[in-house]
Amino acid sequence: MQNRRLPSGGGIDRGRPLAFRFNGKEYTGLSGDTLASALLANNVRLTARSFKYHRPRGIVGSGPEEPATLVELEGRRASANQAATTVRLADGMSARSVNCWPSPGLDMGAVNQLFAGLIPAGFYYKTFKWPSWHLYEPMIRKAAGLAGAPEAPPLDGHFEAVHAHADVLVVGAGPAGLMAALVAGRAGCRVFLADERAEAGGSLLDRRLEIAGKPALDWVADSVAELKSMPNVTHLLQDASVWAYREHNCLMVNERSPANSNVLERNWRVRAGQVILATGAFERGLVFPENDRPGVMLASAAQAYVNRFAVMPGERAVFFANNDSAYGVVADFRASGIEVAAIVDSRDVVPDFARKLAGDVPIRAGSVVIGVRGKRAVRGVTVAERGGHGTEKIYCDLLLHSGGWNPTVHLFSQSRGNLRYDESLATFVPDEAAQACVSVGGAAGKLSLASALRTGAEAAAKATGTEMPNLPAVVEESYSIAPLWQVDARGAKGKAFLDIQNDVTVDDVHLALLEGYDNVEHVKRYTTGGMGFDQGKTGNINIIGAIALQKGVPLQDVGTTTFRPPYTPVSFGAIGGIREENVVLPYRHTPVTRWNLDRGAFMYEAGARWRRPGYFPRDGETFQETVNRECRAVREGVGVYDGSPLGKFELKGRDVGRFLDHIYTNLMSTLKAGQCRYGLMLTEDGLILDDGVAMRLGEHRWLVSTSTAHADTVHGHMEELLQTQFPEWNVYVTPVTSQWNNATVCGPKARELMAALGTDIDLSPKGLPFMSFADGHVAGLPARVVRVSFTGELSFELNVAPRHMRDLWERIMEAGEPFGIEPVGSEASHVLRVEKGFLSLGHEVDGTVDAHDLGMSWIMSKKKRDYVGKRSVELRRRGNAIRRELVGLLPVDPNDQIPEGAPLTPGGERCPTEGLVTACVWSVVLDRWVALALLENGLSRHSETVHARLKNATIAADVMEPVFHDPEGLRMRS
Amino acid sequence: MMLIPCPFCGHRNESEFTYGGPVKPDRPDPNATSDEDWVEYLTTVPNPFGPVQERWWHARGCGTWLTIWRDTRTHDIVEGPSDAE
Amino acid sequence: MQKYSIFSLFRHALNGHTTWAPAWRSPPLKASYDVVVIGAGGHGLATAYYLAKEFNIADVAVLERGWLGGGNVARNTVTVRSNYMRDASIPFYVKSVALYEGLTDELNFNLMHSKRTMIDVVQTFPKMRELRRRQLAMDIYGSTYEQISTEEVRRRIPALTGGGPDARLPVIGGMVHTDAGVNRHDAVAWGYARGADARGVELHQQTPVTKLLRGNDGTIKGVETPRGVVRAGKVAIAVSGHTTTLTETVGLRLPLRTMNLTAFVSEPVKPLVDVVVNCPDSGFYFSQSDKGEMVIGGAPDMGQSFRRDIKQHVFEDTVTAMLSLFPSFRKLKLLRQWGGHLDIAPDASPIMDETDVPGLFVTAGWWGGYKAIPAGGLTLAHLIAKGVPHPLMSPFTLSRFKHLDYVMESGTTTAR
Repeated sequence: MQNRRLPSGGGIDRGRPLAFRFNGKEYTGLSGDTLASALLANNVRLTARSFKYHRPRGIVGSGPEEPATLVELEGRRASANQAATTVRLADGMSARSVNCWPSPGLDMGAVNQLFAGLIPAGFYYKTFKWPSWHLYEPMIRKAAGLAGAPEAPPLDGHFEAVHAHADVLVVGAGPAGLMAALVAGRAGCRVFLADERAEAGGSLLDRRLEIAGKPALDWVADSVAELKSMPNVTHLLQDASVWAYREHNCLMVNERSPANSNVLERNWRVRAGQVILATGAFERGLVFPENDRPGVMLASAAQAYVNRFAVMPGERAVFFANNDSAYGVVADFRASGIEVAAIVDSRDVVPDFARKLAGDVPIRAGSVVIGVRGKRAVRGVTVAERGGHGTEKIYCDLLLHSGGWNPTVHLFSQSRGNLRYDESLATFVPDEAAQACVSVGGAAGKLSLASALRTGAEAAAKATGTEMPNLPAVVEESYSIAPLWQVDARGAKGKAFLDIQNDVTVDDVHLALLEGYDNVEHVKRYTTGGMGFDQGKTGNINIIGAIALQKGVPLQDVGTTTFRPPYTPVSFGAIGGIREENVVLPYRHTPVTRWNLDRGAFMYEAGARWRRPGYFPRDGETFQETVNRECRAVREGVGVYDGSPLGKFELKGRDVGRFLDHIYTNLMSTLKAGQCRYGLMLTEDGLILDDGVAMRLGEHRWLVSTSTAHADTVHGHMEELLQTQFPEWNVYVTPVTSQWNNATVCGPKARELMAALGTDIDLSPKGLPFMSFADGHVAGLPARVVRVSFTGELSFELNVAPRHMRDLWERIMEAGEPFGIEPVGSEASHVLRVEKGFLSLGHEVDGTVDAHDLGMSWIMSKKKRDYVGKRSVELRRRGNAIRRELVGLLPVDPNDQIPEGAPLTPGGERCPTEGLVTACVWSVVLDRWVALALLENGLSRHSETVHARLKNATIAADVMEPVFHDPEGLRMRS
Repeated sequence: MMLIPCPFCGHRNESEFTYGGPVKPDRPDPNATSDEDWVEYLTTVPNPFGPVQERWWHARGCGTWLTIWRDTRTHDIVEGPSDAE
Repeated sequence: MQKYSIFSLFRHALNGHTTWAPAWRSPPLKASYDVVVIGAGGHGLATAYYLAKEFNIADVAVLERGWLGGGNVARNTVTVRSNYMRDASIPFYVKSVALYEGLTDELNFNLMHSKRTMIDVVQTFPKMRELRRRQLAMDIYGSTYEQISTEEVRRRIPALTGGGPDARLPVIGGMVHTDAGVNRHDAVAWGYARGADARGVELHQQTPVTKLLRGNDGTIKGVETPRGVVRAGKVAIAVSGHTTTLTETVGLRLPLRTMNLTAFVSEPVKPLVDVVVNCPDSGFYFSQSDKGEMVIGGAPDMGQSFRRDIKQHVFEDTVTAMLSLFPSFRKLKLLRQWGGHLDIAPDASPIMDETDVPGLFVTAGWWGGYKAIPAGGLTLAHLIAKGVPHPLMSPFTLSRFKHLDYVMESGTTTAR
């Protein structure tokens, strides 16, 4: 029964009823309703319980400022917290109040009200200590939290993110915003207009005003039509909140229900030349005892319900105001035939125009509301003169209050603009802008329609360098206010709320101040005022007012707390867009990936988003058996691995040689064409940056390979040096990682396999010695064959164009079959390099060791006067720090595996470490566990026994050279 | 997200760039510098509460290393690369 | 000091809570003190508290530019843990965690310390190897860290439904750090402030130090403030982010860069996650506060910054990573987002030392310094009082840079 629906008017569609459920009961609303207006239409007054005291609450506002009624949606639209005033009613919607059980009418948590005296602000800092917080925490957590957490992602649809550019971004489609957009649009600028409500019009939707002699909404419709007709007005978004104002005029817009799409929400990143903030103003409440009872509502909200939704929020209203704006609401009430019992105005003098609007409604000037009767619904108010004399009880079921207007300065403040306190408006208004933005209309404290239109037009005219247009004629309204930060009349008893959502009262603020929490930030944190879902849109300034009154200082000196993004809560889905579905960060693949998967490879990411095979298991094998099989193939026959992800850069120019001499620790420039050399790169502070191989292709042409993970870092490093330190050097760097793929065949039978593949390159030890390369053909494919080895075996790295890679791979597998070839994954590669004592970034190189520690002093050129990191390594080695040096470890029991990373401590005792095991593998050549370790002074401790300390055991191991296989390197050179 | 002026590409979103750190003094000759000066050069960078000169690499663009003056209090770019528009 | 308990709450309730004493005094600013601590954030307040409590140095003034507890202690993500890698770090943080656990009683102020365990969600094998390395190193110092299976990770964090076998970074297991917890950041600041005040330390808010003062002999002499010169033979700087701004007033340069780290919270919801969740491979972590909000931290902003907000794309990257592992959070809403600036050393480890200016001490370079507040305060107080570094802090002195002996907790060259 929508028994509170007015018979006519409103922006709702009476022909389209919508059924919905609230707290388990069935109701009907109309298309165009919000959940809040539909509830009011059904005369549902008690809609919520408060956070701390579980006091009964109703609907207070009409938009995102709503502090009291939070709901959670159920079913397909399931959500966590939503303000009932911002939920657009939909057919079949099901909602329930948060934070009360089983319902707001019968709420078990209301027992807290009995203890209210014991739980003032900050009480939890003083108690719940004995015997332990752990005893109380679960109960507290369960009581807190408002709505339930969403259990699953949205069932269908997706989120997306879009970029946009605008000459002028207008925030808000009220009178000021529309006027600004019109002027900017007519000037030919690219205009982006975003508005948070379902329809354009802003405050005009809620009021009964005229523009140019016609209903204001006609002007809104005409304006929107004109804007739509302009191609340069690129975006006219409704239901779209601008929620963040970042640096360099980058603003974020959350569009909640984009039309004609499967998009749930869209996040716009708008870069604007000029921003016009036409965000309007929020009405704030007055602070008086029991100002939170269901039926106590903001006057402007009631105006919206009457005019926009044709809903009568009560049958007999009392107004309580300290300013003129409430009188317009009184007039609208009278026009709709709703009874107004009285206007209580705290000012001594009420302007004539206001009296005229009030008509025959009695006005009690110089008076305040000192009490509200009724717990679950307003049943009346007690009124007195400001001093407390002359009390009078007035029967009513609705108390509408207005404490003045606060410009919506959230975005302006986020943009780093300053605020100043305006005495005449009794609020904070934008002062100096820090970015290219200007506030207009209500957002600038220009509260009348005429000034909204004027400031909107002015800002746009200035931004576009055009003439000020003729403005449509409107009736001038005036506005005056006498601030009333709280009712402190004698006889005013009961809780007077500043932050209705978090149950923060005037007494709480006084307690905070009494205890020395006297900064506005302290008060906010001690009382939690302004930290709720509504972010204190209506209450924050009253907290500031309460502080100012109590301390006896001006509001300007109290200051505001910082306005943080977002302006209104935004779903994380909208912020993340579609990116979490790996759209922007996909895998990198090589042409062999499909083959690997078909072969049953276990794949994982191996740095820089490359997905590589870890190992190729066969049925019935353990992990270790698989790895052993792959290793044995390389040591005894032949194996092949895909080395394509290694970073590769081609360097051209006269000065490449000396450049490489500068970035590698060893001498590169002496290399002859056709040869390659392993090299080490350091950072300038002497840490190991990367290792790789440099190949000289010709006099002025080189190819440099890097580790997979550090390719981008090395690229940046090279370019930075070339562009900033050596701009006169003639070196050009081209990344060619994806232009060259390679398959590396390795093992004693590699040469036989190459013969079977067929090649026009002389692969004899003399024809293509170790660390040289040649261009030619392999298996009929153009290829570059490089003799490097990362396994310690005879190896041929076959580099081909990506289009030939899969072909090459399959021919290798085919030709290799008679030799028992195995594809080799990262795990076996790890074993093979450990057996040889080859270093691995991330294992042995952990950000502390240098080349000397790794037994690679030979790579630190003594001939070169300078190279990156040289000085720092020398400096570091002159210090007193004990070096941890690379050693091999043989567990005394050959079947003892030492966990990688295990610390070495003297005697295995519980004491500071003297090293750690960097790698431990089952060696197929030694048929036992072998390990590499960094050990204090390890180079001089060979043949000592050291101890790895595990949690409940120690493992003894003998120290040796860090090489377990072919120490002379005969096999890889063969 | 800043808008960084690239001398070749114009103003581009910060996400196209890789941060390159504050501009240090010219690298001293490591063979003619005291230990203290070398350590200071390596570890102690300008850290002003105000404009800092810094480098950015247009890694997902033209590849230029460019230098700007950016105010660390506001992110305002107070001076772009000399050859930017 | 006025005792806080349920009984005192009862007693004051009878008077409508109008009889509570201020948590700290507001004494007049004197012209000179034994020690001046600059910055009433976590480290500054803890240092002052321990100076008075442990070393009987109570003629201490804490000078605060803004409001007490308004430093990074006001804007961090309250995670307390000791899962570090190196001998230099682990015992320091073990001590800090132990101190935190006793602070509620010691300070008679409920910090709501919730030792609720942290679970590292591991998505790459190198990370798993690194964390297992930490595990055994931590065991030496009595810090607990246990590996658990992917199934167990999901059982303990039911909302973790992403990161399946087909994901780019599938969850491969986890590490459980039972020593970890969260507590109430404001309470830490206020508790220390109240404790320090009760022992005679003076707290002066709205007292910005504009300049350090150095005598002809080069030693520190005091500080300059708009309220006048304050003399002291010992001055400690605990002003995360602004350290170099202050030291440069006496020509002292330090190896620090100021950067910005972001945090954000979701709307409050009913209890969903009861451990601290850390996802190092994805680059974010969070815990659910007692109020129900998810308190989330992520990657730092690139570049030096004294801002207290975050770049949108950095923020989006963190949110994206979170949604990949927690897809149901798509419907959860962002409620508030902020940042804090901190200074970082070349090795990303803290700096606590007496500087080249005799009498001038710094505590800086804190990257996740919240968990270090008790141990940082205690050891710095030790250094100020005794003139020699506390053994736990000795790895973190400035002298390590003389020979570039970094404390590289990151364990890599590129990710420091």
